[in-house]
Amino acid sequence: MGSMRVYVVIMFLIMFSTVSCSGHSEVSEMKPKTQNQLKFVFSSKDMVKIEGGTYEAFIGKDSGRIIQVKSFYLDETPVTNAEYLQFLKANPQWTKSKVLRLYADSTYLKYWKSDYEIPNNLSPEAPVTNISWFAAEAYARSVGKRLPTIDEWEYAGLADQNSKNASHKPGFTDFILKSYQKKDKNRQPVKQGQPNYYGVYDMYGMVWEWTYDFNSVMMSGESRKDNTTNETLFCAGAAVTSSDLRNYAAFVRYALRGSLKANYCLNNLGFRCAKNVNN
Amino acid sequence: MFSCSKKNEEISPDSIYNVNTEWEQQDGKKISFSDLKGKVLVTAMIFTSCKTACPRLTAEMRTISQKVGKVNPDDIQYLLISIDPENDTPEVMKAYLATNRFNEKEWTFIRGSEEEVRELANIMAVKYKQISPMEFSHSNIITVYSKKGILAFQKEGLDEDNETIVNEIKKQLQF
Repeated sequence: MGSMRVYVVIMFLIMFSTVSCSGHSEVSEMKPKTQNQLKFVFSSKDMVKIEGGTYEAFIGKDSGRIIQVKSFYLDETPVTNAEYLQFLKANPQWTKSKVLRLYADSTYLKYWKSDYEIPNNLSPEAPVTNISWFAAEAYARSVGKRLPTIDEWEYAGLADQNSKNASHKPGFTDFILKSYQKKDKNRQPVKQGQPNYYGVYDMYGMVWEWTYDFNSVMMSGESRKDNTTNETLFCAGAAVTSSDLRNYAAFVRYALRGSLKANYCLNNLGFRCAKNVNN
Repeated sequence: MFSCSKKNEEISPDSIYNVNTEWEQQDGKKISFSDLKGKVLVTAMIFTSCKTACPRLTAEMRTISQKVGKVNPDDIQYLLISIDPENDTPEVMKAYLATNRFNEKEWTFIRGSEEEVRELANIMAVKYKQISPMEFSHSNIITVYSKKGILAFQKEGLDEDNETIVNEIKKQLQF
């Protein structure tokens, strides 16, 4: 009789478990989609080592503060359309037809004709654009990298062709501001110009670039009701000396970062990846 | 059976339920956003050691909840999210809810890793920056999500006008 009772209990458990939540396969379909479960993608992209050091932050609350940056690796160029296509093939959940709206607005890969088709008028070697922060983040993780922080990007961006820190050379500021005025550079292949001191290409004038912590830039009105941040930002923007022009170039980048939301996809906003030195 | 059919609804592509990271609650238990399905969500990102804006943000959450009034706790969740996971341990979060007399049925306080918080802040369009080990600056945003996890309303800044957000929450509760 004992075994009969066990049998009944087992039967009951089996019935109960099948009935209780009708159809397990159905349930698993309804689970959150795996947008961020990524397949590894091999990347042979060259990275260059940026020796650590300090720099003087030019903008906002950090203005004038000396920031310590640890050594890191930075992609030689922005991530290209061809490289991004490899990522999409391994991670189809990021194709334009499958990506979740939560992670990219409706202009994601806007000019791509289909999921795996780079537009004819865009070079496969041109930087990929119209990608959200979430997409850039996912790409970076899929190749075993990460996005650079604002401080890392700005630090590497201080270099001209011959020196680590050209921020006090008026010619360099001129070069940056002129680069910002060029149009349609985002359709050209990367690596056409001269590399900077470290061997990094296309920091200026090609595309704006996502950074890991872009959402740490706070501007009032849009993102924060605190006028002190705004005043320090605009004071830098409105001044006229050469050091303030330098600030103006940085101000343009910070203003853009402050205005972005992570699901935005712009046709002149791309990214490059970074990596820690010790892994 | 009833609760199952509710859970089986397809998740909308822009729903916060798509965020599949796990978060630690004040009681130490893990929670995902999809566990909150079917509830109107009212969220704010804060940190407990904050002496300036957060107490006001928390006070505002309380005022809003008082104006919304008593509702079935299965229909609403007030969610505080820590941007300082290092210092806001479950004990600290629990004490914070207790100090503010937030009933733990309707109020939840969660924390995640630095990366997870950064991602969530980006989903909620919240800006924040660590200034020092104990200090953050951040945007003061209260967000309302529909019962399907879709962003319904955001209130920015600390001001007295909370009629709009209260009405929005009441509206969402009716769906």
